[in-house]
Amino acid sequence: MASNDSDDTQAHVPAALKILVAGGFGAGKTTLVGSVSEIAPLSTEEVMTEASYGVDDLSGVESKTTTTVALDFGRITINPTLVLYLFGTPGQERFWFMWEELSEGALGAVVIADTRRLETCFAAVDFFERRGVPFVVAVNCFEGAHTYEADEVRDALSLDPAIPVELCDARERESSKNVLVTLINRVAEQMAA
Amino acid sequence: MQAHSELPPDGIPHGLPHRDAVGGYDEGAPGAQEAGPLVRPYVIAQGRDHADTVQLDMISVVIAAKRAEVDEMALEPEQIRILELCRRPQSVAEVSAHLDIPVAVVKVLLSDLLNRGLALARAPYTAKSPVSRDVLQAVLDGIQRL
Repeated sequence: MASNDSDDTQAHVPAALKILVAGGFGAGKTTLVGSVSEIAPLSTEEVMTEASYGVDDLSGVESKTTTTVALDFGRITINPTLVLYLFGTPGQERFWFMWEELSEGALGAVVIADTRRLETCFAAVDFFERRGVPFVVAVNCFEGAHTYEADEVRDALSLDPAIPVELCDARERESSKNVLVTLINRVAEQMAA
Repeated sequence: MQAHSELPPDGIPHGLPHRDAVGGYDEGAPGAQEAGPLVRPYVIAQGRDHADTVQLDMISVVIAAKRAEVDEMALEPEQIRILELCRRPQSVAEVSAHLDIPVAVVKVLLSDLLNRGLALARAPYTAKSPVSRDVLQAVLDGIQRL
């Protein structure tokens, strides 16, 4: 029965792409992911050691610093051959060691700016800027927060003029969609450059 | 699920703080000192720490092989659950979330399944296999259809 299993070829397995959604704690990362995802955002919890991840050296366990990191993500099926995942990435600087892995191969990133505490997105802007990862800044407009013009935020973030800054309401699918469309256009622009 | 908060509930600032354009982040930023739950998830993986030969990404998409004969006795219970879940294509991250097994452990279990020919995986687009214009256009269309 050595017939070839052509039905099992990889043609049936879609390829995946990912977009990162970064920003400070409570900036609305999971909200944005949830507003466009076809599934309720899932969460995967990773127990990580600081020095290296995924390694379990039984002899030295007590001396290691471990951190539990929760990653929320959503999914958009683009077509039968393509799936897009959106990962909300922990904003705090202490998670840089994870950003390395997460940003590897990412199509691009959305940095959510929360104007109530704008400084919480500085680290993400720095990171993507240095890595050359295409990104856009989405200013999440919270009720009750003083609203700023996109240009004020751009100025405060000292952004390259080519980086789009967009006001959004992460709870609204249309608004989040617009942010993603802006990002994809930015990715195309950066590819052409 | 935002269970902890390390930022004080502050008032509305009167101006925006400015980022130093030169950037400057400390590569060696000290990590959290909080102790994670020291369960032993790697016991499931029988102490193996690396997915032997198969390089799996968090968004590698996996599907159970349709015609493979599965000898359930030779598998870990978690692997059987993975195969059941992967009757439809699932990413490593989804498998991890659905079965509540850390990503690193899922990778080891899956690697084993791939080596036995019980599952197939498709690598994601990476920096080494960048997307084409066509793929980008498909993504754009897909988002706009939402």
